[in-house]
Amino acid sequence: MQRNYLKVSQVGIEFPTDGEPFRALQNVNLSIAKGEFISLIGHSGCGKSTVLNIIAGLYQASEGGIILEGREVDEPGPDRAVVFQNHALLPWLSVYQNVELAVKCVFKHSKTKAEIREWVEHNLSLVHMDHALHKRPGEISGGMKQRVGIARCLAMQPKVLLMDEPFGALDALTRAHLQDSLMDIQNELGNTVVMITHDVDEAVLLSDRIVMMTNGPAASIGEILDIDLPRPRDRLALAEDVQYNAYRQQVLRFLYEKQKNSAKKSASIAPAELLPSSSKKSVAA
Amino acid sequence: MSTATFTSKIERLQSLITVANLLSTLSKTFKSAALPVTGIVVFLLLWQATATNIVTSLGQFPGPVDVWTQSKGLIQEHQAEREKADKFYARQEARNAKKLAKNADAVIKTRPYTGKATYFDQIFTSLYTVAFGFFIATLVAIPLGIACGLSERVYRAINPIIQTFKPVSPLAWLPLVTMVVSALYVSEDPFFEKAFLTSAFTVALCCLWPTVINTIVGVASIDRDLIDVSRVLRLSWPVYIKTIVIPSAIPLIFTGLRLSLATGWMVLIAAEMLAQNPGLGKFIWDEFQNGSSSSLGRIMVAVITIGIIGFILDRLMLALQKRVSWDKQAIFR
Repeated sequence: MQRNYLKVSQVGIEFPTDGEPFRALQNVNLSIAKGEFISLIGHSGCGKSTVLNIIAGLYQASEGGIILEGREVDEPGPDRAVVFQNHALLPWLSVYQNVELAVKCVFKHSKTKAEIREWVEHNLSLVHMDHALHKRPGEISGGMKQRVGIARCLAMQPKVLLMDEPFGALDALTRAHLQDSLMDIQNELGNTVVMITHDVDEAVLLSDRIVMMTNGPAASIGEILDIDLPRPRDRLALAEDVQYNAYRQQVLRFLYEKQKNSAKKSASIAPAELLPSSSKKSVAA
Repeated sequence: MSTATFTSKIERLQSLITVANLLSTLSKTFKSAALPVTGIVVFLLLWQATATNIVTSLGQFPGPVDVWTQSKGLIQEHQAEREKADKFYARQEARNAKKLAKNADAVIKTRPYTGKATYFDQIFTSLYTVAFGFFIATLVAIPLGIACGLSERVYRAINPIIQTFKPVSPLAWLPLVTMVVSALYVSEDPFFEKAFLTSAFTVALCCLWPTVINTIVGVASIDRDLIDVSRVLRLSWPVYIKTIVIPSAIPLIFTGLRLSLATGWMVLIAAEMLAQNPGLGKFIWDEFQNGSSSSLGRIMVAVITIGIIGFILDRLMLALQKRVSWDKQAIFR
């Protein structure tokens, strides 16, 4: 398989603090093939989200860079759509309008009004949200909001779909439901996906490869695990599967044996609180 | 028992039920109104009791009864003045008609009635002036607030100026505004009175700040995720401001606007006193200079009018906020 669709090359990042700058990532290298589903897993605060934000262009790497289809990308754009952990829907727009906003941004010149409407509705039906087109985000459940967030990203037809703990804020049943939906969509559309998760089962179930990150500071990629399970995958059948459980064990061992000690050490620093100065937003008093 | 007595009994029972229903709605209304009414009654009694003990050179301090009499007087004056005006126009028309009947080519003059402004004219002038000043302030404050909220650099550059001018009293601005208006607004046939412009600009200068500051806070506290969404979508500036910035900031913008309108209304009275804009402020000043036995009562009528109008203005802003707000579940106070 040619793994040069998306390349994370020698990426490192430093965040300014009051004292010494905080080095969150160092020497992160990752090559991803087109259509591959990658999970990033690691302890809280290890810099998973930072990697995703650098790929998205929301953060600027201090060194190294991101190459997508042979071209360097260093600012955010609709070719790398992000599904946010807390859905990030605009609460004053309806479900339909939220997706429409994204579609209009991407296809303003290439689709007619009727085509835009059809495309918005098509994507919402992909995530089974076509029954609530005109509801506001405040009127639907957390799982539904996340579905709309996914539809918004799918509708942009991104080259890479970036998902930042997309199901982290949901209850277990809803999460399983959405994982199944995501697998169906993935089978159908063959998107290239980079997903952050801290759920080992989710990672093994969904991914082609699991990228395990070491703990920060100066976090990097520890191991990469190929998940060679046939698709479509069925969660019930896999629960009994020897290979599935072996993969699971391997990830767990990495997280709780190899990265155990440093997890405590880095717990005092939460890089999520530290943002690069370029993207820092002030709050006026 | 005959059918007739039975029916009449039923009817009596039904009417009893109606009465009972009526009583229960009455008691509900009474319960919800009981506390405010008690508050007002106690206040009126205390006021009356205190007023009788204060004697000024213009007579006794006006109590509620005196204020009531004076407000009736003001309404009568208004009606009398309107009657006079009607009669004036009727006479004028009759005169012109006669002229035309004599000679079809006669030149007709129509003159406006120039009687003295009544209390209600003055209220209207005040409302008009405050609306104009508030409108100018809003036009400046919201864009300025958005600019400062979006860019930390702009904020840091402008904040010291905002903080310096924010606490300045309208009375300090007024002489400057008066001189500037006199110097710059030179016209043969002025559309606006100078006193009107002076008052309105003073109002604008003083009620700018609450809206500016609240808009800044509202814009600066946009959800980070939404900012990221706009970056991923590469929204253009106008679209970003329209679809993300303004809707997120609208609750705080309205908080600012309500504070601004209240400030503006307060400032207006002072401005009108000194600028002699023919509104409520001038009414109070004239009554004070007049010094008749009814003056204090009339001033008290104005005080209460100002309070009630301020209250109504705030409720109107609240109603507007409810209409504009996207969050229909929000609790508005």
